[in-house]
Amino acid sequence: MTIETAQSSRGADTAVVIQCAGLEKSYGQRSALRGVTATVAEGERIAVFGDNGAGKSTLLRLMSGLLRPSGGRIHVFGRQPWGREGARVRARIGTLSHQSHLYQELSMRENLALYAQLNGVPDPGTRADELIERFRLAGRRADPVRTLSRGMTQRVSLMRALIHTPALLILDEPETGLDAAARDLLTRYIAERGADVTVVLATHSIDLGVALTTRDIVLRNGAIEYDSASHGVSSLSSERRREQVAEQIAPRATLT
Amino acid sequence: MKSPSQATGPKNTPPGYAAQFWLLLRKELAVEFRSRETAAPMAVFAVAALIAFQFSFDLRGAVLTLVAPGVLWVAIIFASLLALGRSFAREDERGSLEGILLSPTDPGALYLAKAAANVVLLTMLEVVIVPLSALLFNLQLLQPALLPTFLLGNIGIAGVGTILSSIAAQARAREALLPIMLLPLLVPVIIAAVRATGLAIDGRPWEDIQPWLAVLAAYDLIFVVLSALLFYATVER
Repeated sequence: MTIETAQSSRGADTAVVIQCAGLEKSYGQRSALRGVTATVAEGERIAVFGDNGAGKSTLLRLMSGLLRPSGGRIHVFGRQPWGREGARVRARIGTLSHQSHLYQELSMRENLALYAQLNGVPDPGTRADELIERFRLAGRRADPVRTLSRGMTQRVSLMRALIHTPALLILDEPETGLDAAARDLLTRYIAERGADVTVVLATHSIDLGVALTTRDIVLRNGAIEYDSASHGVSSLSSERRREQVAEQIAPRATLT
Repeated sequence: MKSPSQATGPKNTPPGYAAQFWLLLRKELAVEFRSRETAAPMAVFAVAALIAFQFSFDLRGAVLTLVAPGVLWVAIIFASLLALGRSFAREDERGSLEGILLSPTDPGALYLAKAAANVVLLTMLEVVIVPLSALLFNLQLLQPALLPTFLLGNIGIAGVGTILSSIAAQARAREALLPIMLLPLLVPVIIAAVRATGLAIDGRPWEDIQPWLAVLAAYDLIFVVLSALLFYATVER
C-alpha cells in the first residue's frame, strides 16, 4: 500500500529535505520496503512506527545513504545520499543507529574529533569538548570507549551523530541504551535547534515518538500504512496522537 | 517552496581526498598499536614458520640461496593473512565501518588508508624477520636492492589483500574465503619478489634485478588504482 503524503504545512518558504517516490529495497528475495512515497519538509519532525521487520531501519538507512534502493527514488537535500555523489549530502546528516559506530580503542574525544574532521567541522577539538561537557561526560573524555558503560557509549554515539550540527537528524530507536537524562538532553537539543533541524525518528516507544515529533508514520510490511499528514490530523493533542498511533500499530485481523 | 539545497543548517566543507586518507591512516595505526590485535600474532607466526623451515630442510650451499627467498616470502605472505583478515572483520563486528560510510568520506581514501596501514604492518614484520632469517639461514641480507623489493612486495600484498578482505568480511566463512581468493592473485607478486630477493642475495647487478622490480611496480600500480576505484562496490549494501 502506498500513501502519497501531503506537503508540509510549514509554508511556501520551506524546502523539501527528503523526497521518496516508489522507494523499494529488497534483500535477495525478501522485500523490505515496497513503494514508499513520502516527502519531509525542512524543520519537520517525523516518528516512524511499526513492528519489528516493518521496514523502519531500512527506510532510515536509505535516507542516511547507507543503502542504495532496489527501486524507486530517494533524494535528500535534492540529491541521492549514497555513493561518491552523496558525500556532500551525508555531511549534513547525523545518524544514530543500533550500532555505536565508535572505535573501541580510541577515547571518546578522539572518536568525536575524528568524525568532526571527516565532516569538515572547522575546530574539531573544541566542538568535541563542547559536546562532551554538554552530555556530562567530561570526566571520561580520555578513556577508551571500550571502558565505558553501554549507556555512556550510546551517549557518545549520539554526540557523534551531532558533532557536525546536522541539518537532518536520523534516529533509529534512540531509546535503546539511552537513559532518561540522555533522552532529556536529546529532547532539549532538538528543541534548541528549532526549525534548523529536521528529525526522522524510528521508535517502538509511542511516548518518545509523540514527545519528540509532530507527525506520525506507521509502516507495515514495508509499506506506509498511516501518515498523520495525509489524514489531516496534524493538530491532535498528544493523548489523541498516542491513541491514534496505537490503533494503527495494533495487529490487523486476517481473513481466512 | 525553497529548493532542497537551500535548506538551512551549517554546510561544512568535508576535507579533500588526501586529508581524508591521512586522517584514516592515523586512525588505523592508532587502533592497531593500542589493540596489538594483529602485529604480535603476525610476528609470532612468521618467526615460528621460519624456525620450522630451518629445522625441516637442510638448507646449505647452493640450495640455500635458491630456497631461502621462497621460505622468507611464504612466511611473510601467510603472516599477512592474519593482518588482512582482521582489517575489515574488526570494522564489521563493531559497526565502525558504517560510521565512516555515513560521513562524507570517499571510499577510495578509506581503501588506501587501510592498505597503507597494512604496508606499515608488513614492513614492521620484516624488520623483525629479515634479520632473523639472516641469522637462521646465514644469508647476506644487507643488500640495497632488497629495500625496493620488500616495499613493492608489501604494496602488492596489501593492495590486493585489503580489497579482498572487505569482500571476505561480508561472508560467513571469511577466514577460509580470504586465502582462497588472495593466494592465486598473489602468484605474480610471489614469483617476482622471490626472484628479485634471490638475485639480490646472490649479489647480482642491478640490471638483473630491475625487470622483476618492474613487474612488481606494474602489478602494484594496476591493482592499487583499480581497487581504489572499485572499492565502493565492495562496501555498498
